[in-house]
Amino acid sequence: MSSRPKKVVAPCELCHARKPVMKRPKTLQKLCKECFYHVFETEIHHTITSTQLFHRGERIAIGASGGKDSTVLAHILKTLNERYDYGLELVLLSIDEGIKGYRDDSLATVQRNKIQYDMPLEIVSYKDLYTWSMDEIVSCAGIRNSCTYCGVLRRQALDRGAAKLEIRHVVTGHNADDMAETVLMNLLRGDTARLEKSCAILTQSSGSPIKRSKPFKYTYEKEIVLYAHYKKLDYFSTECTYAPEAFRGTARTLLKSLEAIRPSCIVDIIHSGEHFVLREKKKRTAQYKNVKKTDEQEINADGSVSLSNGKKEFKDGNRCENCGYLSSNRICKACVLLAGLEASRAKVTIENDTTADGAAKLGKELEQLSF
Amino acid sequence: MSSIKLKVEFLGGLDAIFNHVREHKISLPYSGEPPKMSDLIRHLADNVMTDKKDHHIFIEDGSVRPGILVLINDTDWELEGEDEYELEAGDVLTFTSTLHGG
Repeated sequence: MSSRPKKVVAPCELCHARKPVMKRPKTLQKLCKECFYHVFETEIHHTITSTQLFHRGERIAIGASGGKDSTVLAHILKTLNERYDYGLELVLLSIDEGIKGYRDDSLATVQRNKIQYDMPLEIVSYKDLYTWSMDEIVSCAGIRNSCTYCGVLRRQALDRGAAKLEIRHVVTGHNADDMAETVLMNLLRGDTARLEKSCAILTQSSGSPIKRSKPFKYTYEKEIVLYAHYKKLDYFSTECTYAPEAFRGTARTLLKSLEAIRPSCIVDIIHSGEHFVLREKKKRTAQYKNVKKTDEQEINADGSVSLSNGKKEFKDGNRCENCGYLSSNRICKACVLLAGLEASRAKVTIENDTTADGAAKLGKELEQLSF
Repeated sequence: MSSIKLKVEFLGGLDAIFNHVREHKISLPYSGEPPKMSDLIRHLADNVMTDKKDHHIFIEDGSVRPGILVLINDTDWELEGEDEYELEAGDVLTFTSTLHGG
């Protein structure tokens, strides 16, 4: 390719033969393509076996967005399932949030993945589940809180999609960078309750039949991107049209800057996160006092008041009175958000009818009232 | 003044700030010393980027922003000397953003 004298390059640190193509952030090892594939796949296999993540015959739904992480996850799980004979039945599960120019394109990628990986695909949409698409939600509630809505609704949507498929285990492509970012954010927000749980590879609340896990918990984003690139995997990469919340974005930038100086910091943060243990009790009761606010809809139609309010202990397996979904409160977060949206949907018609300047404010006030 | 012909790819959504084009054929002008990766990065930011307002998405502290993966002829640029790499005609430089969802 060139006439310039070739630099003498030290060979791959594992096979001591081929030319290295990448430097592992976790170990700083310089590896060739083949050795990189090998350690990348084997590490994930070890994560899966050492945590006994799956059992033979288990049906697994892969939360598939068409993005790099979930595409690599589908590829890897298929590869490992065949190589090590896990005996898993793998299904792709996608959520259509209803975001034009973003999700419609990425879903096209998932449709191709379905064929490439020979897996069944189920798509559940916000519109069907909640009667609201993300585009409609943003046009109503504004762009600022889009991630909040989307996050709450997606969580439920994945569960409901899995339930529809009668699958009890959903895996997602959350990687080590995502885990570290979550630890950082919970730390920065003082959200100690979440901090303690944020590094679990498998989460399940006792009342829910659906487990969630993150086989890429220890897998660096850089390696996922490189793997997808070298293997020429078909993935979709465009920024969501609704920009991420500023706080998360800043935490991510901070993490990436730290990684540039000290690449191991990502696994180090996860390690720290895994070892946070809360002092018993304390916060709990204080925290659930705040919940009362969302419980203001407690007045029944006949004007009576439900008196279940006395002691509010969080019980795993509580169900939302409105939709039946798992919730620590009487009404789950999705229903609360959606109720707020319905109220402002009504607000829009008021505005149209009256063209009064204070209509928006009035709508807000109406929203606060509970019937 | 001579120039060197290179192929530059923007992946992972980075093309959005380079005229929505993923593959660019770049002719990098230079005089004297053969150009380095840092010269190319400056050139991309100054002359190829669509809107100067997006500068911070690509550049931080005078080099490529952390979180953007750089490959030189499909090899991690960390193995090639990063900014100091001496460019050769026909080199393929790949910039992939890893900064958003998956």
